[in-house]
Formats: sequence, C-alpha cells, structure tokens
Amino acid sequence: MKIKKNIALSDTGFVFNPSTGDSFSVNPIGLEILRKLKDNEPHEKIKKHLLDSYSTDADSVEKDFYDFTKMLEQLQLTEADAK
Amino acid sequence: MPSKKVTVAVTGLNNVDSPGPGIPVIRGLLDSKEYDVRIIGLSYDALEPGIYMHELVAKTYQIPLPSAGIASIMERLKHINSVEKIDVIIPNFDAELYNFIKMAPVLEKELGIKSFLPTMEQFEERHKANLSDFGEKYGIKVPKSKMIFSTAEIASLTKDFTYPLVVKGKFYDASVAYSPEQAAQYFNKISAKWGLPIIIQQFTYGTEVNVTALGDGNGNTIGAVPMRKQVITDKGKAWAGITLEDEELLNITRKLIRNSKWRGPCELEMIKTNDGEYFLIEINPRTPAWIYLAVGAGQNHPEALLKMALGEKVKPFEHYDIGKMFIRYSYDMICDLKEFETISTLGEL
Repeated sequence: MKIKKNIALSDTGFVFNPSTGDSFSVNPIGLEILRKLKDNEPHEKIKKHLLDSYSTDADSVEKDFYDFTKMLEQLQLTEADAK
Repeated sequence: MPSKKVTVAVTGLNNVDSPGPGIPVIRGLLDSKEYDVRIIGLSYDALEPGIYMHELVAKTYQIPLPSAGIASIMERLKHINSVEKIDVIIPNFDAELYNFIKMAPVLEKELGIKSFLPTMEQFEERHKANLSDFGEKYGIKVPKSKMIFSTAEIASLTKDFTYPLVVKGKFYDASVAYSPEQAAQYFNKISAKWGLPIIIQQFTYGTEVNVTALGDGNGNTIGAVPMRKQVITDKGKAWAGITLEDEELLNITRKLIRNSKWRGPCELEMIKTNDGEYFLIEINPRTPAWIYLAVGAGQNHPEALLKMALGEKVKPFEHYDIGKMFIRYSYDMICDLKEFETISTLGEL
C-alpha cells in the first residue's frame, strides 16, 4: 500500500488531499505512521517500530495498524492499485 | 498604480444566498494591476445588494428584464451610455445572455461598447436540453437527459431512466427525485418559476466538482481553475470551496474549449464517480459566483476577460494555487431609505 504522492502532511498532523479537497487531522502516532508509509517503509518494519516505541502488545499493533491503513484506503489517500 | 482608465458595466449585483456573479467579477476587475476600472452596475431589482456597495460600484442603473425584449434594453443602454461612456459590458446571467449576444455587434458598432461573449451557436448547443448532443459532439461524457413538457410524460420515463433522476429547470434549479410522485412535484415547482421545458437527467453517483474557465474563441484555454464545494446551501450553492489538483479535469476542460472554440467565460459542472470517471452535468456560459476564488488562487479571469473584450492579446495562465479556499459570509449593510427611494423611482443610484 502506498500513500498518494501529492498528499500533504503537516507537522501539526493536518492531512490534505489536493485531488479531492478533503482534509483530516491525525494524532502524533498517526502522523508518524503516515510519514513512514509515505516513505515506503515496509509495513512489518513500521509495526515493529510501534511495538518497540510504545507500551503496547503485538496483537493490538496488528489490529490498529490494519484498521488505520484500511481507513486510509477508504479516504482515498492511497494509490488506486494499493494492496 | 493601474494607469489605463476603463468603464465597465456589470450585471448580476444580486449578492444574495443564491448569488449572481456580478460582485465577485467586479472585485476581480478592481484588483487589476493594469486597469483603473470604473464600475457601472446594471440591476433588475431595487434590492440587489450590489447597488448599495458604493466602494465597488460607482453608479447603478436599473435595466429592463430580459423578457422586455432587445429594443427596450437597447434603448436603456443608449441612455446609460450617453451619460457613462461604457467601454465594456459584462453580462452575468444565463437568462440575459441571449439578448446580449444578439445585441453585441450593434452595441459595439453604434455605442462603442465591447464585450467578449460565447457565440449564439455555442450558447444554444450547451443548453441543458441539448447537453447530450453537446457531449457527443465534443467527446465528453454526459448523463442521459430528456426534455419533457408535461407531468403526463413522467410515467413513461422508466423506459429510459432509473430513479433517482434529476429534475431541472431550463435556466436554474434542480432537484433529485426518487419517485414519479416526487418528479411530478418538482416538475410543477420548477416549471412555475422558470417555465418549460423541464429537463430530466439520469442521476450520477459521485462527487460534484466544478471548473471555471475562460476560452479565447480560437480553441485556447486562457485560464481554468477546478473547485470542490465544501459547504452547500439548501439551494445547492457553494458557501465554501477549495481549489483542487486535478489534471484529468483540466484536460477535459481544455479539450472541450479546444473542440468547441469556446469564447468567453464558462463554468463546467461535473460529477466525478468513485471509479474516477467524469460526467458533465451542466455548462454555464458565464462566470460562476465563486469566480473570486480563481482570482485569489492566482488567475484573475475577470481582468483577462476585460482585456480580451478590449481586443488585447492575453497569455494563458499557467498556474493556480492548490488548496486555496473561499468561505462566503453574510453581512448586513445599513442603507438609507433615500437611496432605496432613488433607485426605485428614478432607476439609478
């Protein structure tokens, strides 16, 4: 899954899709994940980073990461051929 | 400081909840870096807010409604021109364009008033009633549509259409009908206001996106800015909007202007489906009321229109700011009864 190239991310967590005019707000962890996805970091590496950095467990990371990326797809923030 | 003085007459001063484009067009003209523009307002109703916006409009004259006919409007314009020496006229209503397109050569020849309008052929062929043919001719996808003249025709619509469908007036107004009963109700409501025919259009699911564009009449797109409405009033008008990055939409716009050799301003109303297909649902042969967003985004279409009307060569705009927003607001002006009395009785203010 790739984040569309033209999606703008600000330091405040403001996300802007210039193709649709939609904008969203994400919390600092969401912003961290979005940035890593935009840099094309492998999902497994991102999940490991979250597990190492925050007080959580592998199952929660797996579930929350899945929910988050599915939401990004629904909000048309990912490339059309995303997998 | 702008150096070239020019007097421009503008209609569409009804800056209300379903606004005419006059005031935003005027703001664009007054933003001109080259022209020192004096605005003459042309109004149809004594309560059009623009009449009282003296910081924008130097003087306003009432003019006869389009239904009064060309002779009557011409007579009034002759009088106004004898006082104001108008250089350019910018009509902003669909309903008055027929007359102004017809009058354009005479206005220029006899009164020296220039304009830059679509040709009569362009004006006629993009009518809502002819939109299917227009789309086919210029290679743009258009939802299926049909003109009807009586509620008796609604029952047979299911042969060609599925509900929901859109019931549209010939100039303004559109409502989505989910049943024949609703379609009949909207038919009566809209035809009572705007007359016949009523246009039935297949409803297309997706997001509405609009483009304001300007053609030079030779197939070149002078400017084009796409926008999505962020707040929509109960009349379907944008109350806030944002410029988009949408190359496909711009390509469709350029193609339409190139193929039709569109002359003057226009607004394309499109539906972008979830599959990324674009359907043209309407083409307005004038600037939209949100035109000042294009000015704010870096493309002053009203100024470019003025230059083209004056016969100047205008270079196409190459950029606009993406993510530029407009947010409309309402504002209560305090006006003296004396002013209302003057425009109501003397027809000028």
